[in-house]
Amino acid sequence: MTTALLEARELTRTLPGDVPVTLVERVSLRIERGEFVSIVGPSGSGKSSLLYLLGLLDRPSSGSLVLDGEDTRGFDDDRLADTRLAKLGFVFQFHFLLPEFSLLDNVALPMRRLGRLKEPAIQARALELLQRLGLGGHERKLPQKLSGGQRQRVAIARALANAPLLILADEPTGNLDSASSENVRQILRELCTEQRTSVVTVTHDPHFAQAADRVLTLVDGRLHADESRQSQPA
Amino acid sequence: MSVVLSVAWAHLIGRKRQTLVALGGVILGVAFFLATSSLMRGSERDFLQRLVDNAPHITIYDEYREAQSQPAALRWPEAALDLPRVKPQRENRGIRGWPRMVEALRQQPGVRVAPVLNGAVVLSFAGRVQGVQLQGIDPEAMRGVSTIESKMTEGNLDSLNADANGIVLGAGLMKQFQLRVGSTISVVAATGLARQMKVVGVFSTGNQGYDEGQAFVKLQRAQALLGRENRANRLILQLDDVQAAGQLAPRIEAEWGYKTVAWSEANQDIMALLVIRNLIMYTVVSAILVVASLGIYNTLSTVALEKTKDIAILKSMGFHANELQRIFLLQGAAVGVLGSVLGLALGALLMHALGQVQVKPPGAVEVSSLPIYWGAEQFALAAGFALASALAAAWLPARKAARVHPVDILRGAA
Repeated sequence: MTTALLEARELTRTLPGDVPVTLVERVSLRIERGEFVSIVGPSGSGKSSLLYLLGLLDRPSSGSLVLDGEDTRGFDDDRLADTRLAKLGFVFQFHFLLPEFSLLDNVALPMRRLGRLKEPAIQARALELLQRLGLGGHERKLPQKLSGGQRQRVAIARALANAPLLILADEPTGNLDSASSENVRQILRELCTEQRTSVVTVTHDPHFAQAADRVLTLVDGRLHADESRQSQPA
Repeated sequence: MSVVLSVAWAHLIGRKRQTLVALGGVILGVAFFLATSSLMRGSERDFLQRLVDNAPHITIYDEYREAQSQPAALRWPEAALDLPRVKPQRENRGIRGWPRMVEALRQQPGVRVAPVLNGAVVLSFAGRVQGVQLQGIDPEAMRGVSTIESKMTEGNLDSLNADANGIVLGAGLMKQFQLRVGSTISVVAATGLARQMKVVGVFSTGNQGYDEGQAFVKLQRAQALLGRENRANRLILQLDDVQAAGQLAPRIEAEWGYKTVAWSEANQDIMALLVIRNLIMYTVVSAILVVASLGIYNTLSTVALEKTKDIAILKSMGFHANELQRIFLLQGAAVGVLGSVLGLALGALLMHALGQVQVKPPGAVEVSSLPIYWGAEQFALAAGFALASALAAAWLPARKAARVHPVDILRGAA
């Protein structure tokens, strides 16, 4: 068996309180490199909570998560942040672009924070990503000048800025029309096939879920089904 | 520009109106802090300057700080002694051997000394009487320790040498008695001795109490009138270095035994009053800056609240908590620094304008400008306090931003 990009073992997330609430319960899964996985399930089933755990945005109450061969259990907040910056990319239902920054600066922000590239290289890569996502010529515009679908593509470009190993997308088409949704779906699909970037999406959209290699169904915080749609990438 | 700085800058620019209001508060706070403080400090320094110019830097009195002990008490310090009916020895009071003391003190560099015999007398003229302090002086020596000569409106101190029966009076007394230079006035001492003396000079210090309560005659004339031949009961010292008075006075007292008082000790109550005045002044002007810092707090709190989603996305992207804290502290610092720089410039303009205001204090002969202190430490204090207030105001929003948990925000936004 090859080493998985991400391996979650018995992940559980419980919110403490007078009446503890379990959001995710004993979920184990593997995400291979270049794999496109959709997480589906009814509202309140714990899909987003699982995504936040996989994206190192939240800490599990129990269980472990190994990303790119590193067990993340002992990571402090800063190391988790550094890992997110270097290895993960996020796309949310709301684009969350910084309104004061141009598209170019929004996409350049993670690269500037990481500091691996010099400024001319950062600008060139940001421009290339925007062009690849069909936003060439708009790079100096502010986000509020764009349509919802365009903004979501900028958010994807920003998620790709540091060439992450894994893109985590939470309802990325939740606020988009069908044409824009299809566009986003194709972009994410291409990332998997062409760049071997793994993608995990949470979605309510059955059509969007069909684009995935695997569909995980979550019910009441537990993994209910794990169905492969296409042949696993090599 | 660093990422943190660029985000901080974007937040400030993104809320121009609130930023300008906060900035305006700091500018006005710093400017008024500076203008008020410079005026208060200027008036204080002016007051102290007048004090040290017009009053002796050190005065040696013909008395002792501690009552002298009886020889029996010195011989048997542990004994329970009862010495009834002890009376002070009758003597012609004054500083013993003052000419020798004056000579010794004059040997010290930067020290000028003048002997004075001071006593109460009554002036009488045309049926009107008035008690005054008569100062027997050596005009030549007095010129070196007092500014009284420069306050003379008619005659001079040398007139006392020219006429042995001459007297110099204050402008207030001249007015009360309706005298003119050349008039003769009766001077009666407590001993009962009386002299007719001729007014040879008039001074006006602007201090009503002084101008109506002091009279100058030659030392020998005062000694004869007060029945204290060859005596002086005060030595007045003026120093080149005013601040040295505090150290020199105790040394003189230790050497000669007579009570020796420096100007700072003599005016302790005034000095204490100045400290309290400064305390009140700095409290009030600091309050202006504290209110201004509330403007910064208000602006940054609003930014922190409105930008919660941005903060969450920055954190999810990989920004550290301390970087988010720095974003807000930098915003506070930027408003503080820019506000301080512009506030100092405005404050300097206000100080210049205040310095142009002409006033004529009561009793003063000449019109003078408001005293403004231009010391660099005030500029540093105003800017430092403004910056500290700005950072303190930014600290709470910064801490709030650093504590944002992205999942809480992302879950709420979904």
